[in-house]
Amino acid sequence: MVLAKTFKKSGFYVFATQYYLSRVRGGHNTFQIRISDAPLKSMTENLDVLIALDKVSVEKHLDEVSDGIVLVDQDAIGIDLEHDTIFHVPMLKIAKEVCGNKIYSNSVAMGAALGLLCSEFDSLSKVLEKTFMKKGQDIIDTNIKAARAGFDHAIVNYPHGCKFKVPEVFDQDFQMLIAGNDAVALGALAAGLKFLAAYPMTPSTGVMTYVATHADKFGVVLEQAEDEIAALNMVIGASFTGVRSMTTTSGGGFSLMAEALGLSGITETPVVIFISQRPGPATGLPTMTEQGDLQFVLNAAQGEFPRCVIAPGTPEECFYQTAEAFNIADKYQIPVFVMSDQYLADSLFTCKKFDSSKVKIERHLLSGHELRTKHEEYKRYKFTPLGISPRAIPGQEGVVVVGDSDEHNEAGHIDQTPENRIRMNDKRMKKLGLLQEEIPGPTVYGPENAHTSLISWGSSYGPLEEVVDILHSKGQSVNLVHYNYVYPFPVSKTHEILRKSKKMICVEVNATGQFARLFESETGIKIRENILRYDGKPFTPDFILSALDEKGMV
Amino acid sequence: MVSIEDYGEYETEWCPGCGNFGILKSIKQALVNLEKDPHEVFIASGIGQSSKLPHYLKCNMFNGLHGRSLPPAIGAKMANHELTVLAVAGDGDCYGEGGNHFIHNIRRNPDITLIVHDNQIYGLTKGQASPTSEPGMKTKIQNHGVFNTPLNPLAMAISLDCSFVARGYAGDVAHLITLIERAINHRGFSLVDVLQPCVSFNKLNTFKWYSERVYKMDESEYARDDQVHAFAKSLEWGEKIPLGVFYEKGKPVFEDNFDALKSSTLVKSKYETEKVNELIDSFV
Repeated sequence: MVLAKTFKKSGFYVFATQYYLSRVRGGHNTFQIRISDAPLKSMTENLDVLIALDKVSVEKHLDEVSDGIVLVDQDAIGIDLEHDTIFHVPMLKIAKEVCGNKIYSNSVAMGAALGLLCSEFDSLSKVLEKTFMKKGQDIIDTNIKAARAGFDHAIVNYPHGCKFKVPEVFDQDFQMLIAGNDAVALGALAAGLKFLAAYPMTPSTGVMTYVATHADKFGVVLEQAEDEIAALNMVIGASFTGVRSMTTTSGGGFSLMAEALGLSGITETPVVIFISQRPGPATGLPTMTEQGDLQFVLNAAQGEFPRCVIAPGTPEECFYQTAEAFNIADKYQIPVFVMSDQYLADSLFTCKKFDSSKVKIERHLLSGHELRTKHEEYKRYKFTPLGISPRAIPGQEGVVVVGDSDEHNEAGHIDQTPENRIRMNDKRMKKLGLLQEEIPGPTVYGPENAHTSLISWGSSYGPLEEVVDILHSKGQSVNLVHYNYVYPFPVSKTHEILRKSKKMICVEVNATGQFARLFESETGIKIRENILRYDGKPFTPDFILSALDEKGMV
Repeated sequence: MVSIEDYGEYETEWCPGCGNFGILKSIKQALVNLEKDPHEVFIASGIGQSSKLPHYLKCNMFNGLHGRSLPPAIGAKMANHELTVLAVAGDGDCYGEGGNHFIHNIRRNPDITLIVHDNQIYGLTKGQASPTSEPGMKTKIQNHGVFNTPLNPLAMAISLDCSFVARGYAGDVAHLITLIERAINHRGFSLVDVLQPCVSFNKLNTFKWYSERVYKMDESEYARDDQVHAFAKSLEWGEKIPLGVFYEKGKPVFEDNFDALKSSTLVKSKYETEKVNELIDSFV
């Protein structure tokens, strides 16, 4: 993390991902950083520099280092490999000698890595200063001393000089280094989130944690619910009473929310549900990634009611589209999903600074004045031409607001007559058609009239953008048709965009092609080829390119 | 002046002679006595015959899911803590399906009054055992008689240090009105468990059965904040069944724990989108 921030501070575009196991300590964990002087959108399969802190890391990843450097402390991990890529830095020894304590060996390692790249040292000391600010000047100084010793050791001792000398760049203050979860939390705060109830579940917890850190400042009430059932029901109660409310979870927790999802649907109570996917079923792979819950989210809960599914692909989209999710929820009085996954939630992306002035808050609530000047009695579920009933909230003088999970009449009271059922159901479903007209269609990256279209949704955007660039540079006619607004499906916009594509390949992180199924059932267009990954890891450009190659499609 | 007419008169789906009528009458009268205007009152309910209650008086209401009367009630209270928030539920609803919320909201201690219609049976699904059914009671499902030990909601609440615990009886409306008034006035989580005969399905715990057993505790004889005494009293069941306030204790209230609720209600608070700029800068 410190190293990633250091590169960002030095002006590089940085992309960082972590791989960890579901345990509090130990196990094999990695943190991969990719840097460039041009924008980066994904990770890669190969490594240039491997900093290995244990033996397993060397054994597991040596093959991934092609023509690179493996930085190890041979004293500490007890290997004696005569391999010309291995570069020994006595990190523990340096830490003990220079700082008197081996815990500074991490800083030694980071300094050594920077030294190998012949990078500037200044940025690292700035980042270390910021990182240890709360721990006092002594700790800052000692860490900088350790890092400097590692840096110097590398410069002096590495025989081949700067193998990966990186070009000089300038710090770009208009860029952020941010993970998807933090961006979702910022989007919610910008949109006027006032109430969040959730139950911790990896990999969604980061959003809850970020909001909790800033709750007092933003006037947010955040409560850790006793279970996910309570979480969504609490959120519904708060939203019914007029405040912007959301819950955060992963697939397993959302399984418990299915009934309350229908409650939001029939009571027409706006809610925003953030789901960070991980591979299931049941506990699955808690710390890894998958886009495996799309069909579940589309179909969860008994009965039929409108819902909206948004799947951002970058931190910018996490920010702006989470904020937009609240507007859609309020306007249509429906549940709105923001779907992420472990990859998007936890990876660090370099991206343009968010512009909060672009966030508009549109509540669509009746004011006290509007209620006072109305002559008829207020009815929460009044039939209107658009199917959207003007919304008052409990506590407003002169009205009472009645919500019911039973089928109900305009006033909100139980009504089981067939005529009422049909009218109420039609009223609710009408909103889905309206929303379908309003939501944006897919984005197109690359030439509009490409011969081959790669089709994807959500977090797979980054690696595919790189794939299109690579294929384009080889003279291939390929574009990317990418969906953030997944449901209701933008059918007519899709037909318009894909009119000229001769070949379509759907690329997604699951085993059965869930988005392709949605696409086909909504558009009637058959997608004949899929590229799927479901080993718990996200797509990389290399993975997609070799899959395309195997299929003979490029 | 608030009058009983303000709370309206509605046709119900309850059986003639149902204990629910006594509870409905008591809630309405208690709200009138406390001068609560219908627009200041919010009642959340779950599913069951009892949970139809909010449909039969005029107020803000949310008739949610089975077992889930409490979570929306908490949400509503957080959004606007100036509202008088009640949750009504049945014994199956609150102590069975919604048991987890019962436990944890006692721990949270929001200023909400929970009124449980405890008829020791499932009414809406036509007569299966509930968590409070007497052992040995035969039903179409439990046809060898109920085996499980009944849940004692009062003992459970008192052991969790619930800040107000009372038992009323649907056959004694005058007494129940005072209990509900006191529960609403008490700042913190209040449980009023109401013994309620089910005239259609519970042939064991009838009006006659309850009337022969219930008696009102003399509050001058015990300290209401004595948890051990309250617990011992809550175990009394059988020939004699005590009614009244078992336990009452002032405790810190959930809503007071949030900075966000100190100067205003959430629903009236302002949006401050530009404040995120500072957070955005911390990622640069």
